[in-house]
Amino acid sequence: MARFGMAIDTVRCVGCMDCVVACKTENSVPEGFNRDWITTEVTGTFPTTHLEIRSERCNHCDDPPCVSCCPTGASHVHDLGAVVLVDADKCIGCKGCVASCPYGARFIHPDGYADKCTFCIHRVEQGLLPACVAVCPTHCMHFGDLDDPNSDVSTLLASRRHHVLLPDAGTKPRIYYLT
Amino acid sequence: MQELTITRHNALIDPLLSIWSWQIPVYLFLGGLVAGIMIISGYFVLQGQYKKNVFSCFYLPHIALVLLSGGMGALFLDLEHKLYFWRLFTTFQVTAPMSWGSWLLMIVYPALWVNTLIRIPERYQGKVPIFDRWSAALNARPVLIKNIGIANMLLGTLLGMYTGVLLSSFGARPLWNSAMLWMLFLVSGLSAAAAFVHLITTDEYERELLAKADNAFLTLELFVFGGFITGLLTNSRVHKDAVHLLLDGPFAPYFWVLVIGMGVLLPLAIQLLAVNHKIKHTALAPLLVLAGGLALRFVIVFAGQFSRWS
Amino acid sequence: MSTYSRRKFLKISAATVTVASGAAGAAGAAASAKAAAAPDKPSKRAAQGVQRIPTYCDICFWKCGAIASVRDGVLWKIEGNPEDPLSRGRLCPRGTGGIGAHFDPDRLKRPLIRKQERGQEVWAEVSWDEAFAYIATKMHAIKETYGPESVAMFAHGIGGNFLKHTLKAFGTPNFAAPSFAQCRGPRDVGFRLTFGEDVGSPERTDIKNAQCLVLIGSHLGENMHNSQVQEFAEAVGNGASIIVVDPRFSVAASKARHYLPIKPGTDLALLLAWMHVLVEEGLYDKEYVAAHGFGFDQFAARIASCTPEWAYPETGIDPAVIRETAREMARHRPATLVHPGRHATWYGDDTQRSRAVALLNALLGSWGHKGGFYAPSSMDVPGYPYPAYPKPAKPKLDNPGMRYPFAHEAISTGIREATITGAPYPIKAWFTYATNLIQALPNEDETIKAIKNLDLLVVVDVIPNEIAGWADVVLPEAVYLERFDDLNVELFREPFVALRQPVVDAPHGQKPNWWMAKKLAETLGLAQYYPWKDIEEYLDHRLTAAGMSLADLKTRGIVRGAPQPTVVEEGASLAFETPSGKIEFYSLQLEKAGFDPVPVYTRHAEGPPASFRLLFGRSPVHSFSRTQSNRILSDMMDENEVWLNADMARRMDLKSGDYVCLRNQDGVVSNRVRVKATERIRPDCVYMVHGFGHTARGLKHAFGKGASDSQLVTRYATDPLMGGTGMNVNFVTIEPEAARG
Repeated sequence: MARFGMAIDTVRCVGCMDCVVACKTENSVPEGFNRDWITTEVTGTFPTTHLEIRSERCNHCDDPPCVSCCPTGASHVHDLGAVVLVDADKCIGCKGCVASCPYGARFIHPDGYADKCTFCIHRVEQGLLPACVAVCPTHCMHFGDLDDPNSDVSTLLASRRHHVLLPDAGTKPRIYYLT
Repeated sequence: MQELTITRHNALIDPLLSIWSWQIPVYLFLGGLVAGIMIISGYFVLQGQYKKNVFSCFYLPHIALVLLSGGMGALFLDLEHKLYFWRLFTTFQVTAPMSWGSWLLMIVYPALWVNTLIRIPERYQGKVPIFDRWSAALNARPVLIKNIGIANMLLGTLLGMYTGVLLSSFGARPLWNSAMLWMLFLVSGLSAAAAFVHLITTDEYERELLAKADNAFLTLELFVFGGFITGLLTNSRVHKDAVHLLLDGPFAPYFWVLVIGMGVLLPLAIQLLAVNHKIKHTALAPLLVLAGGLALRFVIVFAGQFSRWS
Repeated sequence: MSTYSRRKFLKISAATVTVASGAAGAAGAAASAKAAAAPDKPSKRAAQGVQRIPTYCDICFWKCGAIASVRDGVLWKIEGNPEDPLSRGRLCPRGTGGIGAHFDPDRLKRPLIRKQERGQEVWAEVSWDEAFAYIATKMHAIKETYGPESVAMFAHGIGGNFLKHTLKAFGTPNFAAPSFAQCRGPRDVGFRLTFGEDVGSPERTDIKNAQCLVLIGSHLGENMHNSQVQEFAEAVGNGASIIVVDPRFSVAASKARHYLPIKPGTDLALLLAWMHVLVEEGLYDKEYVAAHGFGFDQFAARIASCTPEWAYPETGIDPAVIRETAREMARHRPATLVHPGRHATWYGDDTQRSRAVALLNALLGSWGHKGGFYAPSSMDVPGYPYPAYPKPAKPKLDNPGMRYPFAHEAISTGIREATITGAPYPIKAWFTYATNLIQALPNEDETIKAIKNLDLLVVVDVIPNEIAGWADVVLPEAVYLERFDDLNVELFREPFVALRQPVVDAPHGQKPNWWMAKKLAETLGLAQYYPWKDIEEYLDHRLTAAGMSLADLKTRGIVRGAPQPTVVEEGASLAFETPSGKIEFYSLQLEKAGFDPVPVYTRHAEGPPASFRLLFGRSPVHSFSRTQSNRILSDMMDENEVWLNADMARRMDLKSGDYVCLRNQDGVVSNRVRVKATERIRPDCVYMVHGFGHTARGLKHAFGKGASDSQLVTRYATDPLMGGTGMNVNFVTIEPEAARG
């Protein structure tokens, strides 16, 4: 069973938001909402400043609190790649999953259901990369099967320093940031 | 010095989580109040007090049904995908407290309803003959009535716990993520229910009894608050940050003045004087307790949304 | 053997066009494009399912090849064309969000004629015929009284080609683009004076192969010139040594091994000191300089005094760092690229600064070498054989008497000046195409003063921007996704030709530029200049002459030619079209014209006490002042911020998110703008992203959001060599929002 994840190279990323725009058009994300976004973290004092730019989105956690808290099973782990998805037809819009996500990855679609990154499963099923990965002009994003030791993401994680977001929250996120 | 810029701007999430407005605190408060009423009313049933016409257990389950429906109405108003509400009852999700809660409510309603059948109010007697027959049948079986009392106490306890467990299961919201929260909401629900009975009863003995019980609940609540705060203060950084929202953060005035001061300490003081016959019982103390219970739900729900991991 | 000369750029004929090389990707992608459908009626294409139609982007001037997807007849998304050498299959965020231009509810819809005083933005909607009749009447009157030369045109981008053709046929020589005197002009002149050629657009920088990349004020990654950013990331990924010189800790700076937080306005001192180190320590490419350099000894003598210690008090950069970075550059030469930048109009001595950049590259031997500057090539696609234009009776007036002797393109501000003064002859009509002159030219008052002298201002654009607000006639253009345009045959790493074709209908009957230009020519009685029926006939004629076909391009979007040697390592040779035929370290042409033959540093004026130098730049999600009403892009960023050093902010009791107003040295006060208190900028300057603070009422969504840097650029320092307008010479103070009068 595949377990999809991403390795995002913060060394190459320039924070241009192309991933965000591509997601919006690919998935017709309504105006005023984002499934992915850019976080810029500045540390240090000028001029010895340090910058980390990250393209962030749902972490498709191995232990997703949004799935375990969902009262209807609308939030679920998909068979393909263990991607965390929402079935809009089962969602009652209780917003529990929104509260349960430490990453703020979920929002309520204007049509009333919880929405978030799908890893572009509709593209992946066709053998394409997620829109954000496919568009990235800096080629900083890598997508693949974390359980396959020969995948792009696995080899990068084996060879590069990396971190995940909020590891202590215990959700076992699957978006890795290469530094 | 750290600067953090996030380009995300999802409504209800950014800059701070604000998914739940007045509906959820009202739902949680009414749920807790009903839980307390069920326990009190169940206890009275168990005690055989239902045989006294003046006693509140006579009409408590009826009121509880109305209050609970009000709470459910508030919950329904909060749902964003209302027409899919029925989806709650096509499945049971073992890991989801909300699923447990939905099914629990499905049992609470009949339990309350059966409780109402023990004594049908006089003006409704004869309106629905089958109810009268069932009522008569019940009254012919005291053991069954005792069991109804026990069931109401048990379900009331579960309901009261549920209102806290619902929030405390959100690990991403450190303020809620406390194992003391269900106890806090349960005790607060009990004290609110006691205050409520105190307020509406016409029976001197009952009022005195409930005022004393309320004092016990309020005292217990203070200890639970202590445990709740200590637990978070001795936890990880995010939990410390979270509880500081209440202690000396933006929610401190509401917490200390409305919840602790006017919701617990002041009514406790008034009622201590009243039960010791220094002053007369008035509606003030129970009203304060009820307002304090509502304020507690508001403060916890709102501050909890402000608390986060990052 | 290919040569490196500008006028001998490789013109690739159709015979060398590669047909097979990976064309399957684009062909496959475009397979479902209904290329055969009637092009003027794209609605006939409306069908269920997804169609993918190749075209090229117009959100900026880079013109990346793209494939647009239409789902059930509605525009869905646009992606890079994998066959396109510019985008390499990946558009930048603006390109990806380009579909927002089609859906923009604020866009211009119908032709408008002004009803009240200029600038009041009160209009009457008219028919196209009425609009053209109105314009033609005015133009004839101007021609009667002043001659056809009194019509001038400002254009940005390839879309202006046809309108320019009509006006040339009308008889005027006066055409300008702000892209020269307000942007890349000084850079191009500086490189021409040194190497005999300029760096072009897209720039001929071999960033991806650079082992050391020096960026001076160039904020790659924030400005999203697609190929450059892609190559920059590639270089960073390959571990190239990046040196960034910027008063602001840019994104690029965060990738740098060496970040030099230079004092604004002192870059030339740093450049001279770097060259001094290379020469003094003998680290420069002696062979290269000996073979290709002219006047090196005189040059060396002139910079002998420019030591790092001399530069230190000017630039604030530690001499040890200057030496270390110079040595770092030398270590990687010739694969050390000192990037020429693009927007180079900073302080008025910009041509000399750019020349210093060119000379530094020359010392490193990067021109012509891998990892430096490559030789671009383009396809040989002949122009359309139009009848000869009438010869204007008067010469063009933007640069009378060659006042700025090295300007090789028209100076937009020169036309503006002539419009104000009426000398050497009056200008009575302006046409603008896709350029918002109010925000593009410095000192908005002068622009408005010039406009007030006009009898006719015609604005062709897609959105009701500030310049449209001043127009007599507004002609709403179909956005690039709704029209054909001229072919893109640009110089790049490898030759190619790209087609822009309509993907969807214009929603309100907006028209393409070619249609307007042709219609205007016909109304003016110049129909003979448009022998073709429609643009497809024109395009097919050009393509057939080059051995290609429109039908093929409609399916593929791009046809690539055979790659040619681009650097010496691949077999290209070096030639320099300077008077000496060499790289001019010492410029006799400059000396003869009375300028410094080797760049000399002069100190620039400081601002008033407690003021900050106003700097501006780009956001990756916006192009100029053109995209703020694009809902997809405004969703990414809908107002700009003023970057203020965190320490200064603390002292001024300001925090991020507070609204303030900026007041410049001439008392101009900006719209309110949020503070970004940050450790990413020096304390002596502030920074803003250009293009915000719209005042045009028609831009409902963008109106009043953020502040306009251009509004605060009331002063400019004119470059005596080429007339460029240095704009980083303005200073602002910060005041609370409430203080706004």
